[in-house]
Amino acid sequence: MTTTPTTTEAAAASAPRGFDEMTILWISEGMSCDGDTVSITAATQPAIEDVLLGLVPGLPTVHLHNKVLSPTLGGEEFLAPFRAAVNGDLAPFILVIEGSIPNENINGDGYWTSFGNDLITGEPLTLNWWIDRLAPQAWAVVAIGTCAAYGGIHAMAGNPTGCMGLADYLGWDFRSAGGLPIVNIPGCPVQPDNFMETLTWVLYHAAGAAPPPPLDDLLRPQWLFGRTVHEGCDRGGYYEQGDFARDYNSPKCQVMIGCWGPVVNCNVPKRGWMGGVGGCPNVGGICIGCTMPGFPDKFMPFMDMPPGSSISATLTKPYGALIRRLRGITNTTVNKEPRWRHNGPELTSGYDPRWRPDGRASKVR
Amino acid sequence: MAARTTQRTAAAPSSQLVEMAWDPITRIIGNLGIYTKIDFANRRVAECHSTSSLFRGYSMFMKGKDPRDAGFITSRICGICGDNHTTCSVYAQNMAYGVKPPPLAEWIINLGEAAEYMFDHTIFQDNLVFVDYSAAMVAQTNPSVLARAENTQAPGAGIHGYRTIADIMRSFNPFEGDLYKEALQVSRVTREMFCLMEGRHVHPSTVYPGGVGTMPEPSLITDYLSRLMSILDFVKKSVAMNNDVFDFFYAALPGYEEVGRRRVLLGCWGAWQDPAVCDYRYQTMSEWGRSMYVTPGIVVDGELITTNLVDINLGIRILLGSSFYGDWVNEQPFVTHDPLGNPVDMRHPWNQTTLPEPQKRDFDGKYSWVMSPRWFDRRTGDHLALDTGGGPYARLYTTALAGLVDTPYVTSTGNSVRISLPKSERLPATTLEWKIPPWSNAIERNRARVYFVAYSAAMALYFVERALEGIRSGDTRVFTDFDVPDEAIGCGFHEAVRGVLSHHMVIQDGKIANYHPYPPTPWNGSPRDSYGTPGPYEDAVQDMPIFEENGPDDFKGVDIMRAVRSFDPCLPCGVHMYVGNGRTITHQHSPMLGAQHG
Repeated sequence: MTTTPTTTEAAAASAPRGFDEMTILWISEGMSCDGDTVSITAATQPAIEDVLLGLVPGLPTVHLHNKVLSPTLGGEEFLAPFRAAVNGDLAPFILVIEGSIPNENINGDGYWTSFGNDLITGEPLTLNWWIDRLAPQAWAVVAIGTCAAYGGIHAMAGNPTGCMGLADYLGWDFRSAGGLPIVNIPGCPVQPDNFMETLTWVLYHAAGAAPPPPLDDLLRPQWLFGRTVHEGCDRGGYYEQGDFARDYNSPKCQVMIGCWGPVVNCNVPKRGWMGGVGGCPNVGGICIGCTMPGFPDKFMPFMDMPPGSSISATLTKPYGALIRRLRGITNTTVNKEPRWRHNGPELTSGYDPRWRPDGRASKVR
Repeated sequence: MAARTTQRTAAAPSSQLVEMAWDPITRIIGNLGIYTKIDFANRRVAECHSTSSLFRGYSMFMKGKDPRDAGFITSRICGICGDNHTTCSVYAQNMAYGVKPPPLAEWIINLGEAAEYMFDHTIFQDNLVFVDYSAAMVAQTNPSVLARAENTQAPGAGIHGYRTIADIMRSFNPFEGDLYKEALQVSRVTREMFCLMEGRHVHPSTVYPGGVGTMPEPSLITDYLSRLMSILDFVKKSVAMNNDVFDFFYAALPGYEEVGRRRVLLGCWGAWQDPAVCDYRYQTMSEWGRSMYVTPGIVVDGELITTNLVDINLGIRILLGSSFYGDWVNEQPFVTHDPLGNPVDMRHPWNQTTLPEPQKRDFDGKYSWVMSPRWFDRRTGDHLALDTGGGPYARLYTTALAGLVDTPYVTSTGNSVRISLPKSERLPATTLEWKIPPWSNAIERNRARVYFVAYSAAMALYFVERALEGIRSGDTRVFTDFDVPDEAIGCGFHEAVRGVLSHHMVIQDGKIANYHPYPPTPWNGSPRDSYGTPGPYEDAVQDMPIFEENGPDDFKGVDIMRAVRSFDPCLPCGVHMYVGNGRTITHQHSPMLGAQHG
């Protein structure tokens, strides 16, 4: 399936060749809710069917194996490409993991989650069994959603499964067969276009048309997670003016009623949830930090004011109140039209009507 | 596809069973395995086990947390119906905190949940279920049926535009069929409608105990209504296409009504509150339950035996028997009596303590992470394995029988539900009538789903009018403040997309002391209970006839998968089914007993 680079000088002199085809092996059997799979079907930039039907120019032909969208009836027919990859008979492939990785060392003969059965013994195969065999062979490894990236809600204090993110399991310095670090696309669920856009970048890279996606030290795409919620929030103006919502009836800044936006890396208020519609604090929903490694424990109780906000909001208040008052005065001024807009008998706009022989602006008729 | 048969025995054909398993099941949400024994000589499923292989432990890690976090946390139970959990959780919290949200908040949540039904049923029916009825699939499983479909005119062609049944089936082909692609688009428009009301999908951002944070501006409703009107042609067309295809299956495969059939044992916990009646007090729950725009109820063999949420609540029992948990009967009860003074059973979710015991899977013993919820019928002493019919079937059934819903758009007649949709871009004003079918089977569960999309669209039109009235009246409050009590209990009842959803919470010292969500899939996908009663998937598949034309060597199991998918399985919410390695087992006497697994 790969386009094997030839050894001729002509080929060597040309740009590096990539893959014409790429298989995506998607396992959502982590500690997951399948919400990331569901989410990406909402994407339009690009849409999943556009990628699969070859409507994005320059991408390899993509073969997707995802449980929710699979045309198969399931079981061995669905598992066949996964088993082939384990046996080294399928390459190249991108491994997508959805859901956090449980600790299977703590549960005796049982299992926290499984994906298919051992063909000989009939016993369930754990997610961890598959990751151990597939990750080293994968051309790229992608963690979709905060659970797979960092553990997420299922790794909350007091959880029984001891689950973790993929980098905690494979190691933060893991490199795929294609030389890439794990690509984390956090979010609970993942913002639809964020995932499809990252996947598209990875596929352009697979095609040899793009460098590896630029990731930060938490392995997130920089262009999506480089700024905070607050920096893209249209309620940020209220914050600057020290004008805060006291309860959820208000269109104002929500930092005093639970919003963690100022310290959370996420682009949702700027981008909207889908098709530019929806969001979090921009539409009255406090940011609970669901894209972050510290989620959820470091943000709970969600509806209380973040401790840091009590300081910054207090500091902002006197300055904000002053600015708000001054802006109120200016606002009143700019809400009035200039005085030359009237239907009076004389032109008062300042225009010099030289075409009038007598120099007068009025009495046209 | 099922694993292949590896050996044959010389036994009489009538007693030869083949183990076949599908694990994981595709085109559902979550981990589900279906394990069957099939009697090919008699073309029947002899035995079925359903198992889920995922455990995350919500009721454990929620303990000790702030009760207000519950709606945010429980949403993450499910990636396709998480908002149903948030809604149900805020219902339970409203009860526990003694808070009644402003009316506009209720209309906004109702509009959000209506959009969720429209989104979820559309994507599941058209993009997941219908692949099993697509030309591509039927060509592999029942070529003679596809040939007949080529020559069968579609009665609804005037509405949907497809000349033959085979044309409709081709439109279902994954990623390529016209209906498949159009449904993906509609699932996006309906999710935008949802996001307008609840912020984001599927885990809402703007839904709180006490109300919502959504700003009730006129444009909010305009943006929703214009999207709703833009999909009405699709809704009307879908009902006609569904009816054509399902009626064709009955005609083409006589006896197909037996696929996925079981007793009519249905539960529905009601949907969409009427703020004029609902005050979230337990003491008045039976009244406000009956005012919901989908009527709660339990139907046994076609008879509606209660519409009272208090009765429904007190009858819930969580049984074990085949699940990977220790029993909690010797733990301390949390709630001995409900707020009306009625005794609460130790097996009720309020008193449950979850004690996970991971272990090897054993189909003769414990084989699933799903528990076995049952409803205790005081009349007979039975623990009924209620199902939800995938959700819509039970909702339409209880609402039809109860005769309580009466709006300009949806009315219950006592034996049917009438749904009126206005004129849309291409199609005229249309009244649809869902009549109670003679069977609880795969096809009727699927058919009900498309009618419930129409029901949701119609009710959304009603909620739009109420919300606009509220906005025009000038009362734009959407949130009522509250305090979290030190000690309280609450219960939430709601209809998730797939059916019954309850949340039971106990607050002690201002923290969550106990919290148990029961979504529809634990009911539908439960394993055998301590009385040996199989769960609904198992029951519906067991003893089911097989119509697929393939023999054991290339058997795909499409009829079994149609039966299972008709329940709209959602295993993050609940289960897992398995077909074995195609090993042949010989039984000289009863094919149902004594078979060894593994």
